[in-house]
Amino acid sequence: MLNYTIRRLLFAIPVLLFISFIIFLILDLAPSDPTGNLPLTIPPEVREKIRQSLGLGEPMYWRYLMWCKQFFINEPLNIWDQWMGTCSFNCEDRLRVISYVTRSPVVDLIVERLPQTLWVVGMSYVVGILIAIPVGVISAYRQYSIFDQAGTFVSMVGYSVPPFFSGVLVIVIFSVQLGWFPSIYDTTLKVTDWASFKMQLRQMVLPVMVLALQTTAQISRFMRASMLDNLNMDYVRTARAKGMKERTVLLVHVLRNSLIPVVTVIALAVPSIFGGAIITEQVFKVNGIGQLLIIGIQGGDAPLVQTLTFIFAVLIVLFNLIADILYGILDPRIRYD
Amino acid sequence: MKLKATLLGAAAALALAPMAAEAGRGDSGHLNILYWQAASILNPYLSGGTKDIDASALVLEPLARYDENGNMVPWLAESIPTVENGGVSEDLTSITWKLKEGLVWSDGTPVTSADVVFTANYCMDESGGCQQLAGFADVSSVEALDERTIKISFDKPKPFPYSAFVGSTMPILQQAQFKDCVGANAPNCTEQNFGPIGTGPFVVDEFKANDTISMSANPNYRDADKPSFASLTFKGGGDAASAARAVLETGEFDYAWNLQVDPTVLAEMAKGGKGEVISAFGSAVERLMVNMTNPDPALGDKRSTLEGGPHPFLTDPAVRRALSLAIDRALLAEVGYGAAGKPTCNVVPAPAIYVSTANDECLTQDIAKANQILDEAGWMPGPDGIRQKDGVRLSILYQTSTNAVRQDTQALVKDWWRQIGVETELKNIDAAVFFGGDQSSPDTFQKFYADIEMYTNLFDGTDPEAYMGSWKCSEIPSPANNWLGSNMPRYCNPEYDALVEKLAVTAALEERAEIVKQMNDMLMQDGAMIPLIHRGSVSARANSLQGVKLNVWDSQMWNVADWSRAE
Repeated sequence: MLNYTIRRLLFAIPVLLFISFIIFLILDLAPSDPTGNLPLTIPPEVREKIRQSLGLGEPMYWRYLMWCKQFFINEPLNIWDQWMGTCSFNCEDRLRVISYVTRSPVVDLIVERLPQTLWVVGMSYVVGILIAIPVGVISAYRQYSIFDQAGTFVSMVGYSVPPFFSGVLVIVIFSVQLGWFPSIYDTTLKVTDWASFKMQLRQMVLPVMVLALQTTAQISRFMRASMLDNLNMDYVRTARAKGMKERTVLLVHVLRNSLIPVVTVIALAVPSIFGGAIITEQVFKVNGIGQLLIIGIQGGDAPLVQTLTFIFAVLIVLFNLIADILYGILDPRIRYD
Repeated sequence: MKLKATLLGAAAALALAPMAAEAGRGDSGHLNILYWQAASILNPYLSGGTKDIDASALVLEPLARYDENGNMVPWLAESIPTVENGGVSEDLTSITWKLKEGLVWSDGTPVTSADVVFTANYCMDESGGCQQLAGFADVSSVEALDERTIKISFDKPKPFPYSAFVGSTMPILQQAQFKDCVGANAPNCTEQNFGPIGTGPFVVDEFKANDTISMSANPNYRDADKPSFASLTFKGGGDAASAARAVLETGEFDYAWNLQVDPTVLAEMAKGGKGEVISAFGSAVERLMVNMTNPDPALGDKRSTLEGGPHPFLTDPAVRRALSLAIDRALLAEVGYGAAGKPTCNVVPAPAIYVSTANDECLTQDIAKANQILDEAGWMPGPDGIRQKDGVRLSILYQTSTNAVRQDTQALVKDWWRQIGVETELKNIDAAVFFGGDQSSPDTFQKFYADIEMYTNLFDGTDPEAYMGSWKCSEIPSPANNWLGSNMPRYCNPEYDALVEKLAVTAALEERAEIVKQMNDMLMQDGAMIPLIHRGSVSARANSLQGVKLNVWDSQMWNVADWSRAE
């Protein structure tokens, strides 16, 4: 298993380098421009100077290599220095990946936004899973019951209603009409005591609700299908024939076996938590990673988009590997070596 | 910091207790401002975006600015220099500003003329990529005459010398803070760009780029009673509709900016009773640019350039006039803009002194007349109902940026043009591409590979000189100048160029206004542009927020020091 993991990790390096180059090419060839969103009162000659000052006058391969150097060498060195409080390899002159729009290091922007994204999107994922698994189990065990029908209906709604609709709907109901929860997420709120913790919970309720609906819909369907597969297996009949309690049959034998594919699905979707939720973040003004990405794209902020997309690629490659390894651990029949 | 500000506010309140009529600093508590486009940076010299300039205006201030009526008012300067008071030299080649006495930065150090000179050099540095460089056009030197006096010299007479350091796009930076940020270092000064030290009513406590800014009252602000708010949050994100909702329906925010929302939706929200929609009109006009050159793809590199030859039918004045007459501008304004738009027939719709009335024919739609004009010009309907003459069909490619209101306008215009026998193909392009200057993209508004294109343009401040200069022959975008130029219609008229020259040497305001009107009429009557809508700014304020004066000539935050909370 260890050999396998190391082999996969080594193989990931050229894959990721290739991905970074492709991302760079796509961004560079796309007809988007960092001065495109500036007011028209700024004359064209000044725009050209701005472009030059952003380094857009350099040849393409040079800009790619610069990004590689900044991202793979300078940024890790910077993290090291921050941790250790040192200043290695003349840190004063070290160029970091700088956003075109904010003129600040991209990595700092991402770090600043991670908390709210992890709180909201991560929490919705946890809530979604916690609801989806029991729903899936009961739906399968009582197939075609009213509960199953209701579960199917809710999942279909979750699948088909986009967050730009459900988000606005819950705002109109819970913020405008009832006034229970804020419609705007306060990113400056610091949880220091019980009151601010309650405030944090209140402002998370609506976005988490909208996102969890989608997660629940997907995972509960997987769970239900997987349970149904297993419920008809011979080993279940054997277990029942041996006189086991129904509870033991269901929760120990069937559930554990059914979870194997579901765990893989859950692991594979973890990178999307870090990707944030572009639409839901916009609706509730959570201003996390998803919002950062979308304004980066709109503003033609190539270094920002490049860095973010590349980090997603790393996470996806990594969690694919984790899913594969988890699969091997959960199912002893599977061996990679 | 917040505590400190509150204490100071309390102290100020105590000190002022005997004359309780005036509210003291910090009495109004916390202010919530919502800009659905989040601020990215607090340095207007590195970002010309309105959101960034407005956020900076809370902290940084210019020498003079425009009030809500478009009049120039001294801000950090003692008075507005003019030829009469000797501030502007007789030959119009220099202007001398004098700072108010006793000005201090929010860190307590004095503001001196050296800061102003530094700011000028900061922006004029070649490699800095300063976005307000146009404000320093023709400036040959900026020097400090004494601690409080600054002389700006021009290399030719400047009849309107009020561009540098006037308006919120060009505030004064603190030399001590920015001295290591000049030129190529400018982008690397994250700390300075995110937290500039200013003279304005607020100081930055925390800046989260593209998200939220927290500020508190400037303890050293020059008016001891202001600002009335002790702290504020400048939140960004979301979209215009949700921003309107937060002020008008849920009441979570006190002020929301740029609410370009479907007028019926906005009216419905305003019934929430928590706030009020406010609007004001500046110089912005949504217009159709008419391509005077031939955009035929068969021309290859000569497409949409003067070398490619004139347009097959848009050079015919009758066609341009008919196209304009067929449009119901009042309906376009009602459908797309509501309180934020009114019909116009001029490219210079404001200030009032510059507005011409010679083109008002287009205010009323007249399809019958448009048809008649085309008939008389010899454009006869072909078998498919599309007018043609000598084998040229009136078929138009009409492009604009992607935006719901613009697509509605396109659809309406297409239908009216169909009624006069003109075929229209619609195209919309993502704004970042359309307005982006990417040389390799065929879809930029400069390349104009279409017959008609639509967008909004305006001028900074109240003087249209630079703006009117956009339609000189030399401003025509072409491969030779890397498509850099603002004369999109490829309009070239020696008489117009002569007026541009004349405007540049005329100082008296009335005469300038006359010339501008003449230029406006020339552009309109030659049909280089078909103006549609005079666009206003729409914002919303909470009912409890007092003192807001919506200003379209400067930043909307221009008088935030005077804002307060109603009891």
